[in-house]
Amino acid sequence: MDNYGPYDPSVDYSPGPATREVGPEGDKIKPWKPLHMSRRNFLRGVVCSGTVIASAGFLFSTTSAARADARAVERMITLTVNGKTHRLDVPPNETLATTIRYRLGLTGTKIGCNQAECGACTVMSGGTTIYSCSTLTHRVRDSEIVTVEGIASPDGTLHPVQQAFIDELGPQCGFCTPGQVVAAVALLNKTPKPTVEQARMAMSGNLCRCGAYDHYLRGVMKAAEKV
Amino acid sequence: MTYRLIGKNFTPPDLEAKVTGSAKYAEDFRADGMAHVKFYGSPMPHGRVKSIDMSAAEKVPGFLGALLPDEVKAPAPGGFAILHNEPTYFGAPILAIAAETEQAAADAVAAVKVEMELLPFVVDPLDSLKPDGPNALSGGNVAGRGIDLQEVKWTGKDFALAGDDRMPMGKAAVEWAFGDIEAGFSAAKVVIEESFVHATNSHHAMEPRSAAAYWENGKCNVWGSTQSTAFAQPGLARMIGVEPSDLVFVAEYCGGGFGGKASSYPLMALPALVSKKLGGRPCLLRVTRNEEYDNGMARSGFQGYAKLGFAENGRLLAADVFVVQDLGPTSGFPDFNNVGNATVMVFQPENMRFRAVPVLTNTVPKGAQRGPGENQTANMLEPLFDKAARELGLDRVAIRMVNAPGNGGEGAVYGKDRSNVTSAYLREALEQGAAKFNWAERSAQSGMRNGSKVRGYGVASAYHTAGSNGFDGLVRITPDGILHVHTGIGNLGTFSYASTSRVAAEVLGYDWDRVVIERGGTLKHIPWNLGQFGSNTNFTMTRTNFVAATAAAEMLKEIAAATHGGTAADYELKDETVTNGTATMTFAEAAQKAIEMGGKYAGHEVPEELNPMTKGAVAGVAGTGLVAAAKDTLPKDGTVPALAAGFIEVDVDMETGKVEILDYLGVADCGTVIHPQGLAAQVRGGAIMGFGLATTERQVYDPAYGRPNAKALYQAKPASYLDVPETLGWDAVDLPDAQNPMGMKGIGEPLEGCASAALITAISDALGGHVFNRTPVVTDMIVNVANGREQSHKPLATNTV
Repeated sequence: MDNYGPYDPSVDYSPGPATREVGPEGDKIKPWKPLHMSRRNFLRGVVCSGTVIASAGFLFSTTSAARADARAVERMITLTVNGKTHRLDVPPNETLATTIRYRLGLTGTKIGCNQAECGACTVMSGGTTIYSCSTLTHRVRDSEIVTVEGIASPDGTLHPVQQAFIDELGPQCGFCTPGQVVAAVALLNKTPKPTVEQARMAMSGNLCRCGAYDHYLRGVMKAAEKV
Repeated sequence: MTYRLIGKNFTPPDLEAKVTGSAKYAEDFRADGMAHVKFYGSPMPHGRVKSIDMSAAEKVPGFLGALLPDEVKAPAPGGFAILHNEPTYFGAPILAIAAETEQAAADAVAAVKVEMELLPFVVDPLDSLKPDGPNALSGGNVAGRGIDLQEVKWTGKDFALAGDDRMPMGKAAVEWAFGDIEAGFSAAKVVIEESFVHATNSHHAMEPRSAAAYWENGKCNVWGSTQSTAFAQPGLARMIGVEPSDLVFVAEYCGGGFGGKASSYPLMALPALVSKKLGGRPCLLRVTRNEEYDNGMARSGFQGYAKLGFAENGRLLAADVFVVQDLGPTSGFPDFNNVGNATVMVFQPENMRFRAVPVLTNTVPKGAQRGPGENQTANMLEPLFDKAARELGLDRVAIRMVNAPGNGGEGAVYGKDRSNVTSAYLREALEQGAAKFNWAERSAQSGMRNGSKVRGYGVASAYHTAGSNGFDGLVRITPDGILHVHTGIGNLGTFSYASTSRVAAEVLGYDWDRVVIERGGTLKHIPWNLGQFGSNTNFTMTRTNFVAATAAAEMLKEIAAATHGGTAADYELKDETVTNGTATMTFAEAAQKAIEMGGKYAGHEVPEELNPMTKGAVAGVAGTGLVAAAKDTLPKDGTVPALAAGFIEVDVDMETGKVEILDYLGVADCGTVIHPQGLAAQVRGGAIMGFGLATTERQVYDPAYGRPNAKALYQAKPASYLDVPETLGWDAVDLPDAQNPMGMKGIGEPLEGCASAALITAISDALGGHVFNRTPVVTDMIVNVANGREQSHKPLATNTV
């Protein structure tokens, strides 16, 4: 990541070979710098440290006109979220949390740290929990994504985990709760009768600053009796 | 006293939204055409802006506008600016830019050229007190509540006499005393004298302080994240520059505050000010974790000294306490005052002198954090009680019970004026906890070795004030018979917005299923309530709901008398009806009648003493049913203390320094228990936060450049699932406070301090009584002691280790 330097407005950071004209003077944009923010390097950064996104400082949240250009074909993906298939134009450097929250409007998934530390953004991809803040949407384009909004039945019946979290007064401030719910459901899908120790391990990627771990764990174990 | 609702568990009405993801936090609201705001944070800990070149930024596609520091009101010296011309901490917002997309806003911020001059900066308070030490602000280095910004320098002699190991003690900004401490020390069997350090630590609420705003028809609308709905509104209006009546404020959920979002704060006002410049266009400021660290809040640290003199039975005869508070770059929060007050409350010294100096530093702004001052007091002083107990040959619970206020607060005093307390059962909490924890038998296993692990036991107490008075309540019965409890309490996660509302239902004899809580913003017509901070909510707002419901009860009787004859005194409330035995009116019928009668019954006339916010709220619901608003004028003539005791069992690994918490019990003196499950969650959650405070959380700055170096969660780690036992015990004394109509008082804050201090004393216990005199006790400190090595830090250094 040696070339990962400060922002240079004359550089086109969007992946791809095209050059284009911007600015009143019609300055030619310099060619794309492959090492600056190539998909490979970005993915490598995400996999290796999770902090790359944070050091970039900002989410790649929306698509400005300048960026939606000739490479649009490459950006069109099909994403299945909570059983619903969406055809979306997503830049390759967009995180899944961004797509979920700002493109699909599913604001249940929270961004607490945006650097793979807190777990508030936890969603399921193919049944496995992932930090959506540190996963590129393109990387999971072929898998089934489940967010907290997809946990209850379509008729509104709560999942046993959700009901148990209510019964055990799991949430306090509630900001980490969507991630806790998803992590608990993913655990019970794979291990319907976990030991407390297994539940602790499975939930340990989800921080709760209010310190409601005891109550969440009671909820997981109570839900395990009902799934 | 038997209650129908009080003391019973219930499901708070916002829980389902929290588990389904439908709960809307500040950043979850959207508006058409929403622009995005980003700000330029100071790249240095203290500097002066010489010039700002926006030319490149303005050319970034999507750029909409910028707000520069000269365009916003500058605060008084030591105040908290919205935009800074002279940033006094790293990451302080200098200017803000709005753009069509967040990316464009970020690009534009990156394209701004700000020329700055680096000014002297300081991160260690003692460095600033040195004769030639730098000042954090151009105007001085000492400030604080009741203390004007000034320069205080100690002499070289002050520092030289103290040496490296002892706290230097020059001129104090605050000093008070009672009794004769020298006589106390002379009479003491054992005198303990120690210097110590308590680190600063971040609040690290899971939800960063994002906010959004727009203007419409002259009114400013803000979505913000705060612990306190009603209480935050006037301050926010001041920052934005509008009348409170022109600020529509929505704060339905708060993703963690812990004092850091106690009320309003500058970043909450920023999108509103940018929006105003854009002609009212909706603006969203998403705050990143890094920005939250820089501009959020932190608990003040301390460097301090205490000399404690004990009688043979462990009674504290004299206490001499001197603390230097790390105030951060603003006048911050007066934690220092609370150190003195907590020392008096928890230990009831017979003679005492207290000195303090709050010193400005170029570090993260400091605010109240759960038990601000009181919890640091527990961590700093409780280990010294252990040392005294060892020297006196006393049990560690016994020495605390000798000093703890108990028996309802008989003979107990508070603060420098040694004033009244409304109730105190700390001695009972210690006694009850020791029995339940089986302290006597278990603590005998102290020092038991299992491989590299050594067993340790700890006990500690903590305190915070727990109640206020003088605020308003508002309840309403609509013609469908439903009781609406309007509450201006925030939604911090303690569910006290709901539990205190149950008092109104209790007074009126309502089924809880037929009660609606109106909350979450000014559109809900909320009364003037104190903020949800300072452990005060349960005491303060049970009183407001009690007086409002009592007023409603009286109105119901008057309406029945007006309808069916007789006087109000002839009637009583029964099963949501008002009856004199022969004639009966349902509450629904009475509400309809209230509308017909109008006047004071339907909110068209209001008591004069109500706060303007409450009067506005009443006007908003007038004519919709029976409307009862009242100000809490119930008697209160003392400090309301929340008290707690913690007991803990740990294994300390002498090879790795890892501390494994095996068992914990927290016991609360919170008056009548209002919501047992909620109290359990607070006892446990407070303890878990305390475990982080005791062992892992601290801020670290590069002394050469003043850059914060422990910004991420993993670098100052809050406790996770794997750091705490599977279950944590809780209990409560459950004896009523004399000055609350149903006996309640608050509890949130000391539940952390008793746990953190208990953990520190347990680690010391495992190490044979070694007193660290530094919080947090991190693993390398433990390994150093276990191996007989010197610690790697200077004894009084702070913010740099």
